[in-house]
Amino acid sequence: MKIERLLPGLAGIVFLAIIPLLPVPPFWLTILNNIGLASLVTIGLVLLTGVGGLTSFGQAAFCGFGAYTTAVLSTNYGLSPWLTLPLSLIVGAATALPLGLITVRLSGHFLPLGTIAWGLALYYLFGKIDLLGRYDGISGIPPIEFAGYRFMSDGSIYYLIWFFVIAVAIGAKNLLDSRIGRGIRALRGGGQAAEAFGVNIVRAKLTVFVFAGVVAALSGWLYAHMQRSVNPTPFGLSMGIEYLLMAVVGGSGHVWGAIFGASIVLIMKDVLQRFLPDLIGTTANLEMVVFGILLVVILQLARDGLWPFVLKLLPKRSARSLPTSDDRLAKRTLAPAGSSLIKVEKARKAFGGLVAVNDVSFEVRAGQVVGLIGPNGAGKSTTFNLITGLASLTSGSVFYEGQPMTGDSPREVAKHGIARTFQHAKILPDMSVLENVALGAHLRGSAGVFRSFLRLERRQEATLLAEAAFQLERVGLGAYRDRPAGDLALGQIRILEIARALSADPAVLLLDEPAAGLRHGEKQELANLLKKLREEGVSVLLVEHDMGFVMGLVDHLVVLDFGTLIAEGKPADVRKHPAVVAAYLGGVA
Amino acid sequence: MIATFLIQDGVTNGAIYALLGLALVLLFSVTRVIFIPQGEFVAYGALTLALLDGGKVPATTSLLVCFGAIAFLFDLWSMRRGTDIRTFLRSLALNLVLPGVIYGITIVLAPLDLPSVAKALLTILIITPMGVYVYRIAYRPLADASVLVLLIASVGVHLAMMGLGLVFFGAEGLRAEPLADDNYTIGALMVSAQSLCIYGATIAIIVGLYMFFERTLLGKALRATAVNRLGARLVGVRTHLTGVTAFTLAAAIGAVSGVLIGPITTIYYDTGFLIGLKGFVAAIIGGLASFPITAIAAIGVGLVESFSSFFASSYKEVIVFGLIIPVLIWLSLSGGFHEEE
Repeated sequence: MKIERLLPGLAGIVFLAIIPLLPVPPFWLTILNNIGLASLVTIGLVLLTGVGGLTSFGQAAFCGFGAYTTAVLSTNYGLSPWLTLPLSLIVGAATALPLGLITVRLSGHFLPLGTIAWGLALYYLFGKIDLLGRYDGISGIPPIEFAGYRFMSDGSIYYLIWFFVIAVAIGAKNLLDSRIGRGIRALRGGGQAAEAFGVNIVRAKLTVFVFAGVVAALSGWLYAHMQRSVNPTPFGLSMGIEYLLMAVVGGSGHVWGAIFGASIVLIMKDVLQRFLPDLIGTTANLEMVVFGILLVVILQLARDGLWPFVLKLLPKRSARSLPTSDDRLAKRTLAPAGSSLIKVEKARKAFGGLVAVNDVSFEVRAGQVVGLIGPNGAGKSTTFNLITGLASLTSGSVFYEGQPMTGDSPREVAKHGIARTFQHAKILPDMSVLENVALGAHLRGSAGVFRSFLRLERRQEATLLAEAAFQLERVGLGAYRDRPAGDLALGQIRILEIARALSADPAVLLLDEPAAGLRHGEKQELANLLKKLREEGVSVLLVEHDMGFVMGLVDHLVVLDFGTLIAEGKPADVRKHPAVVAAYLGGVA
Repeated sequence: MIATFLIQDGVTNGAIYALLGLALVLLFSVTRVIFIPQGEFVAYGALTLALLDGGKVPATTSLLVCFGAIAFLFDLWSMRRGTDIRTFLRSLALNLVLPGVIYGITIVLAPLDLPSVAKALLTILIITPMGVYVYRIAYRPLADASVLVLLIASVGVHLAMMGLGLVFFGAEGLRAEPLADDNYTIGALMVSAQSLCIYGATIAIIVGLYMFFERTLLGKALRATAVNRLGARLVGVRTHLTGVTAFTLAAAIGAVSGVLIGPITTIYYDTGFLIGLKGFVAAIIGGLASFPITAIAAIGVGLVESFSSFFASSYKEVIVFGLIIPVLIWLSLSGGFHEEE
């Protein structure tokens, strides 16, 4: 990695390291420690809410689990804090997992409401349990010791806190910039596309949920040993709301924004608590009013938070060069030409009384390009969704290489080697073109959360990115590699989807209107690409409206009208078929 | 005997939760706002009534004037690129004159020893316009935001309103005088006039809402907005007007709930939040969509609460809020998976 890319980070670390050595007022260190503790929770929340789209008001409860675990074990049982650290994290994970299993299944706005509900319930629970000292809490928690040194003062535990903050922040950045991270980043608005390339959506949600829970528990562990006593107050709903405020203020999609947001909120809180009572003459906690207004104002004026404004002020960092890789991803062995790949048998889909697909049967053989055509509303896209598992069959079955795959989820279908594009392109506009394509290669990598967090999967990641770059070059989008995918024109986005499907190393490519929005020359290039794929042994099933494009390309044509198969065969024969002519040009009475 | 007492207690509280739940469903279906601060209107209402009982001018009147002034500034800001005189005058009347008049009326009437019904009406008069201003200040600029953004904004509004409650009313709890002191015995049951008021008001508001939505043009416009915002706009419904109407109704219902609950329990500046959340549990059971299911669920919440406070008093809150999670799961599963919308 280039040194100038590391420079801002190193400068930040050095700056943080010398603060306690400077003659600063002691309360600065207290505030900085609190910022560090809050940053840990907020980083988790950024991943959960900003990136993953799961809004949680209940994160403070996980701090509670971490803090109470170490409080009970180190006071009642005399365990060393270093021993309770892994235990606190395990308790955080162990509570986040079942809560997450419930929470991530809640849809839309029910999810944040659910977090409010368990956030409140857990707070009351902390205050009722005798072992946890009820509302009085637990005091006399020992300080952290290391090689005889006791982290007692604000100035010493400061280093411990900020060590963890920086480690977690870097780990979180690593995690987002990985195979797993692409799945997580797809959660907001790209779930269907990610699932079609084998990302387990529920698992990705659980991953961020547990991650956020564990870092909150870490914050709780540090808090308990810094404060040396715990009670339920800091683990209630109002702290949960405050953490969310920090994430929103910072800019909920940015890891460093979490630290920024926590700093703004806590410094403001301190200033307000110190000066407002003198100014207005009441001792009421007015910061609540200010925070409430701040939250609304940020949502009204800067919904992406304040960190993007800071980023604008910072010097622009040079684009990261693509890591080189000598490894090549293993390629799938394709079935011998002519053998049956996808077989649709009497597939039927009814939406209430409307039969969208009516007992349709056809076959895609290895090495074939099959066209699926028909007038608007013929049931072509529904047929696609039946094959890829997005829609469930009312009756009938779908086979892959002779094995039934009826009822398989999109993810399982992807594992067979079926890659698809969507009629309404589903890309992730904020991710780079390259990363969008790399999402397609998800199943060809294996790195998990821990390897990604510790950046041990660089070799494999480089191979995945190299494959994505290769596919981009192949479809002619190489020049746009590092641009956000949202910058592309509609036609280019369709090509991007094809590159993404190709990077999955498919046995069968399902293209839903790939030529829509393309110019004549681009259509020709696409046709050439598909012909070349056929030579390589890849099968293609495509839905298309452009007859010239279809007729010149396909080996076999299937025609649907009102959900019913009306003709199939060689393009030249189908073109003359009376039912097809009637469907397209209107029946002759 | 204990059971009948618990049931009566549960139904009384449940009726209040039902009012709040109905207001929440009304707001969500018309404006897509999940209105966490609904409970604050209740607290404001109850505390205002309690202060009026003491012959004092309640702080909510100055708060009302402040809200109006801020809303006026918002209007001025959106009028900065020119406007016609009518719009300006309307804004002036709504945001400055109206709160001023209410302030004046309260100053004159507060020291007089009014009958309790008059104090209740005055309280409702003070609280109701706040709905208009809260909508204008916090939600109208966000009218096109997603439900999630609106929900987070609601949490902000809740913090601000609760904090203002603390500033204006202080941390001490207050209890209002009941609207009527009488008690009636029906068989073994002793019913207070106050709980009869609560039942009566709840039923009246439910019937009133029904008539409003079924029989009036504005009510139908609200329903149309609830079904399809863009469509309603295309046929000429002013969606901002429906937003204002929904918030006014919600604030009025909140004030009524406050007037009703103020005399039966001590209200602190932050009590409203917990009461509101229980209305929420009911509204969520009603899927944030169904008025009748919400009303029935609210009675259920009241009963669960009163029984659990008897049998497992310290876990009352844990039980009530824990209860909501299975309901949410059931709603999510039966509603199908529509993440991409």
